[in-house]
Amino acid sequence: MPDALLQTRHLVKVYRVGDNAIRALDDVSVEIACGEFVAVMGPSGSGKSTFMNLLGCLDRSTSGEYLLAGRRVSELGGDELAEVRNRNIGFVFQSFNLLPRTSALENVELPLVYAGVAAQERHTRAQGMLARVGLGERAHHQPAQLSGGQQQRVAIARALVTQPVLILADEPTGALDSRTSLEIMALLQDLNASGMTVVVVTHEPDVAHFARRVLRFLDGRLVGDAAP
Amino acid sequence: MKLGALLRIALRSLATNKLRSALTMLGIIIGVAAVIVMIAVGQGAQARVAEQIRALGSNLLLILSGARTQGGVRLSVGSTYTITEDDAYAINREIPEAVAAPALRGGAQVIWGNSNWATQIYGTTPEYLEVREWPLADGRAFEPAEMSGAGKVCIVGQTVVKQLFGGADPLGQVIRIKRVPFTVVGVLSTKGQSMMGTDQDDIIIVPIGTARNRVLGRANIAAQRSVSVIWVKAAEGYDTKRVEDEVRALLRQRHRLQQGADDDFSLRNLADIMAAQEASSRVLALLLAAVASVSLVVGGIGIMNIMLVSVTERTREIGLRMAVGARTRDILGQFLVEAVTLSLIGGLVGVLLGVGASVGIANVAGWNIVLSGRSILLAVAFAVVTGVFFGFYPARKAARLNPVEALRYE
Repeated sequence: MPDALLQTRHLVKVYRVGDNAIRALDDVSVEIACGEFVAVMGPSGSGKSTFMNLLGCLDRSTSGEYLLAGRRVSELGGDELAEVRNRNIGFVFQSFNLLPRTSALENVELPLVYAGVAAQERHTRAQGMLARVGLGERAHHQPAQLSGGQQQRVAIARALVTQPVLILADEPTGALDSRTSLEIMALLQDLNASGMTVVVVTHEPDVAHFARRVLRFLDGRLVGDAAP
Repeated sequence: MKLGALLRIALRSLATNKLRSALTMLGIIIGVAAVIVMIAVGQGAQARVAEQIRALGSNLLLILSGARTQGGVRLSVGSTYTITEDDAYAINREIPEAVAAPALRGGAQVIWGNSNWATQIYGTTPEYLEVREWPLADGRAFEPAEMSGAGKVCIVGQTVVKQLFGGADPLGQVIRIKRVPFTVVGVLSTKGQSMMGTDQDDIIIVPIGTARNRVLGRANIAAQRSVSVIWVKAAEGYDTKRVEDEVRALLRQRHRLQQGADDDFSLRNLADIMAAQEASSRVLALLLAAVASVSLVVGGIGIMNIMLVSVTERTREIGLRMAVGARTRDILGQFLVEAVTLSLIGGLVGVLLGVGASVGIANVAGWNIVLSGRSILLAVAFAVVTGVFFGFYPARKAARLNPVEALRYE
């Protein structure tokens, strides 16, 4: 597949807990093309979070290969991985993970700070991204002054601000009520419609319905790859 | 990541926990202030000793009547009169690189007009001023005729000018020392306190012959020309030690002491005593600074403690920063800058406190202090080094966190 954005080959992750070796991820090979909207599902302990961490370059596989945008990520060092996370991947977490006592604008700017973007440009880009998620008016509010849905929108703006090739959302609606969940998923769907590749980890079938492809995990193995 | 950005993050984080930051800084503040005060006090003591050495005049020898054994009883130094005026004149005559001034000491009530004052009377020769390197502020020294003829003239010290004359010009005035009228012909310049803390300016100098016959004459002085002390100065450029040996040899010869017999006089090299005192004050200053720097190290441990707590508390934040692209050195830098900011602010506050306390001590206790820019710089630099040293371990701990675990940390 020439336009595969990311590609894993025989990806294995083994955790050592005491004397026991736990195969959290067992021989996973998958390809995701540009512009796809993929849901990753499975019960807890199925390996979906591990898969997510490997896709997000937060962790390294025990064996196997991972290519992101044609780059062999599985061979990169710590600082190079940090750069890949910074440039190519936007994270959205279940608990938002915004910096407390820091304005929405500065939260969105954070990845640009590490990318070495000048202050003026950071402000402009962050402000623009907040407007895109519908929070242009709330740029100077702190997380504690925002609702859960608004906080998640700030987090999405932060994920988008470096113009990554991939959005990774780990249970993005897990801490939200169902109506807000729909809004957030609609926003992700909207982003996908404009060409962004989105991967969402979830255990809620409703959420998975927004995706066009569902990867199912069980006991560390990829057991299903189909439309919802 | 630029230093300015790191500094902003550090300041914000410190501002979030103001009380905690302030308490953490307290260790450094006290440490830096203690170092500055101790160095100021130590250097002040050293400067005072150095000042006293200068005031006393270096290369000074002091000859006192010595311990003498009388019928098996050993008498203490100064209890008998074994040195005489003539010893002093002999030194002047025979040892060209030494200047000697004999002196008779005593106290007396002095009267001028309505006022009176108890002061020290010093019967000596004009050489005394040269030996003590003690110039006149006004008037003149004794003339040869006044020395030989027991002239009733005197030179007064600054304290006497203040106490007896109330600041009026004493030149030409007649004062009464033990009912004997003396004309003031000279005024000494200010000498300050002696090594022992006595006021050296509280003095009236009269010709030695006049002192013996008119003021301090005592019936029980065995030898008519004996004196209490002879001051000897080694001339500029001569080894005091060598002069001391020559003086000792001369006096032993004059006193007809047998080979192996004890000296019947006591010869003291003041520069040696002073040098010893200076050395001990330097050791004291060093000791004080060392003790003070211990408190700085304790402050540094406080910083490390709080930084470790901070890293644990902010594990999720660290995880997030890593997820959005912070490199190891960014996280390391962030926490290191935070620790150094703590210690630097603490150091600067400590400087203010230390300088304030030093000035306070100088004013309240009247101690001599020396505040030097170098010691302040040293204390601040030491504080920053402490911050780097004790901040490094927590910062490295933060930078080495695994992003996956950090993000999941509860």
